[in-house]
Amino acid sequence: MAAPDAKAKVEAPAFREFPTVPAIRVGATENIRSYIASDKIQEAIGFPGKLAENWQETHDKAIGRMGELLERYRSLKVYLDACVHCGACTDKCHYFIGTNDPKNMPVARQELMRSVYRRYFTPAGKWFPNLVGARDLTREVLDEWFTYYYQCSECRRCSVFCPYGIDTAEITMAGREILDSVGYGQKYSNEIIGKVHKIGNNLGLPGPALEDTLSGLEEDVKEDTGVDVKYPLDVQGAEVLLVTPSADFFAEPHIESLIGYGKVFHAAGISWTLSTKASEAGNFGMFIGNYDQLRKIALRVREAALELGVKRIVVGECGHAWRVAYAFWNTLTGIGAGGNDPFAIELQKQLDPNYKQPSHICEVTWDLIQQGRLKFDKSANDNRIITFHDSCNVARASRMGDTPGGQFDIPRHIIKTVANHYFEMAPDTTREKTFCCGGGGGLLTDELMDIRVKGALPRMEALKRVVDEHGVNFMATICAICKAQFTKVLPYYGFKMGLVGGVHQLVSTAIRLGNEQ
Amino acid sequence: MTSFFALLFYAATALFVVGLAYKILDFARTPAPLSIPTTPAPTTRGGVAFRMFREVVFFESLFKGNLWIWIFAALFHFGLALVLVRHLRYFTEPVWSWVAFAQPFGMYAGFAMVAGLGGLWARRFLVERIRYISTVSDHLMLVLLLLIGLSGLGMKFLMHTDIVGVKAFFLGLMRFDVQPLPDDPLLYVHLLLVATLMIVFPFSKLLHAPGIFFSPSRNQVDNPRETRHLAPWAASLEKN
Repeated sequence: MAAPDAKAKVEAPAFREFPTVPAIRVGATENIRSYIASDKIQEAIGFPGKLAENWQETHDKAIGRMGELLERYRSLKVYLDACVHCGACTDKCHYFIGTNDPKNMPVARQELMRSVYRRYFTPAGKWFPNLVGARDLTREVLDEWFTYYYQCSECRRCSVFCPYGIDTAEITMAGREILDSVGYGQKYSNEIIGKVHKIGNNLGLPGPALEDTLSGLEEDVKEDTGVDVKYPLDVQGAEVLLVTPSADFFAEPHIESLIGYGKVFHAAGISWTLSTKASEAGNFGMFIGNYDQLRKIALRVREAALELGVKRIVVGECGHAWRVAYAFWNTLTGIGAGGNDPFAIELQKQLDPNYKQPSHICEVTWDLIQQGRLKFDKSANDNRIITFHDSCNVARASRMGDTPGGQFDIPRHIIKTVANHYFEMAPDTTREKTFCCGGGGGLLTDELMDIRVKGALPRMEALKRVVDEHGVNFMATICAICKAQFTKVLPYYGFKMGLVGGVHQLVSTAIRLGNEQ
Repeated sequence: MTSFFALLFYAATALFVVGLAYKILDFARTPAPLSIPTTPAPTTRGGVAFRMFREVVFFESLFKGNLWIWIFAALFHFGLALVLVRHLRYFTEPVWSWVAFAQPFGMYAGFAMVAGLGGLWARRFLVERIRYISTVSDHLMLVLLLLIGLSGLGMKFLMHTDIVGVKAFFLGLMRFDVQPLPDDPLLYVHLLLVATLMIVFPFSKLLHAPGIFFSPSRNQVDNPRETRHLAPWAASLEKN
């Protein structure tokens, strides 16, 4: 079961004339597998290097870990018990729609684990395994977990439609955590986690390189606009600490948004800084469902905030990072409000209570727009006909502003403030029903290109319609993974890769920096 | 037969109550360490109560997800709810007025329930994706419920049973004073299946009923920036 040669086989599925539910093709993606993490990668982040020689040992460890997770996470326990196999989720996953493999139906993906749960943790499965679809944990089952739990982007779309709110992402995370705990890790995610700890960010960009990049950026912006916009690093006493995905520092189109954040702070006169220590908003600890890693990676931001003495913490355009920041940081690191324990209070008394902690960069920009502190030349974006792709973690696992759904409205308000031509994609593919880009959740790696291309199908179909009907030539998004994934995948569907960009890229184009005539 | 059914119902009731209480306590005592509501989510407790109400009473998410399943599920569950209300008359003396009021609706609800179950079962054969995910127990559960519905309708519309005797039997059970159960094969079948349902309830997917109230993606308030959620096991990590 070697990983296939990604380049040779990747092919985009045809657009469906009417988006009907595909017939199932059993085993369609059973051979698409992530590279396995080496023992070095595994051990660097505290996991066993490889599977035990003796299967029984691996088996016992895996079941033991599953038992621990069942004690720790109500989500896992309730979700494994509550499913009635109604089938409402079966046609909701972009990977199923793109691949037809029935094990990519959310309920079937859950069932890979639920069958084992029943066998070892429920009387029905212990006594009547065949009746209730329970099975022993074997090496084959573990392999199947590794295959299919890394064909899930943890996007939560299925959880929107489940009558019990069962979130496959929780099951996927538990599956990955069990795999890691027996020495069966994914190279891509675990290697990146190692880099965050060692160097400070996912891309392994060391401090001096970061400094170089930022001063280069200042020169470029100066040349472009004639204005001295600063991109500060490790500035003690700055008001705002900006934590952004490291892709923003050099990848295209990500860097255009970073330029935009700097211009916003400049135009509003807010002092801000980036941090070498926290030069990464992304947190792959969430992807692998490991609480310790999730917490350790998040704690870097707390430490940086305490060291720099900042009053506000702002997060750049990154989907899963915003989920971790918005929903988990207060729990993990005390970045937030309402803490009544010494750990939380130490940081919360430093942070300015007049602002939401943390804030999304879109919240910052939108607040400034409403206060009239930013001016724009909308016509600068007139060459762009824009649509907006909601990123899954922002859409279904976070919020912006004060009201539910602010995460949908605020980015759109910003776009409409800075540009004249905006069109929505089909309503069953936006807001909380948005389709994943196909590369989230730890799947943004070359050996999974086939599944990534196929998983993008529903989004590409919706995009195709607005391209054909309205001439859309710019799909804005606020996620580093979405941007990287679309840049790679768009050409497979006949689009230019420059069609994707950031919301603050649009802001950057239109914002007036005070030196205009 | 009377003593067999008396014992069976005592045992089934005990298993149902104890088993379900155990599962509910187990759900309740397991921590939810992270804030994971599926957003957009309510930002207040009251909002969450309203969201849960819509889920439990109207199956809101299922409605968004699949209209056919929603129709059959609604027929079955609303039918069942009315049928259960109607059956309260076998356990109360005098019969509560609102139960008496619901009697005629409960009668037709039996048909709705059976129709809904039939639709759900048909989907397990006719829809390829659902056929793929169906286990033997999924089919048996529907068969069990269908037979309960059909045997009940049979006693109402085809072969009347001595319902006065049935009521005396159950009122007797509740007072630990066992009265004779009418001698009727269809009644035996009906009661046997109902007892089976009660026994399997805490061990099966029927746990979806209590489960939804404990589903973090539905029952959590969306306020993580304002409130620090900390499970005891997670808090202990901060000590070292």
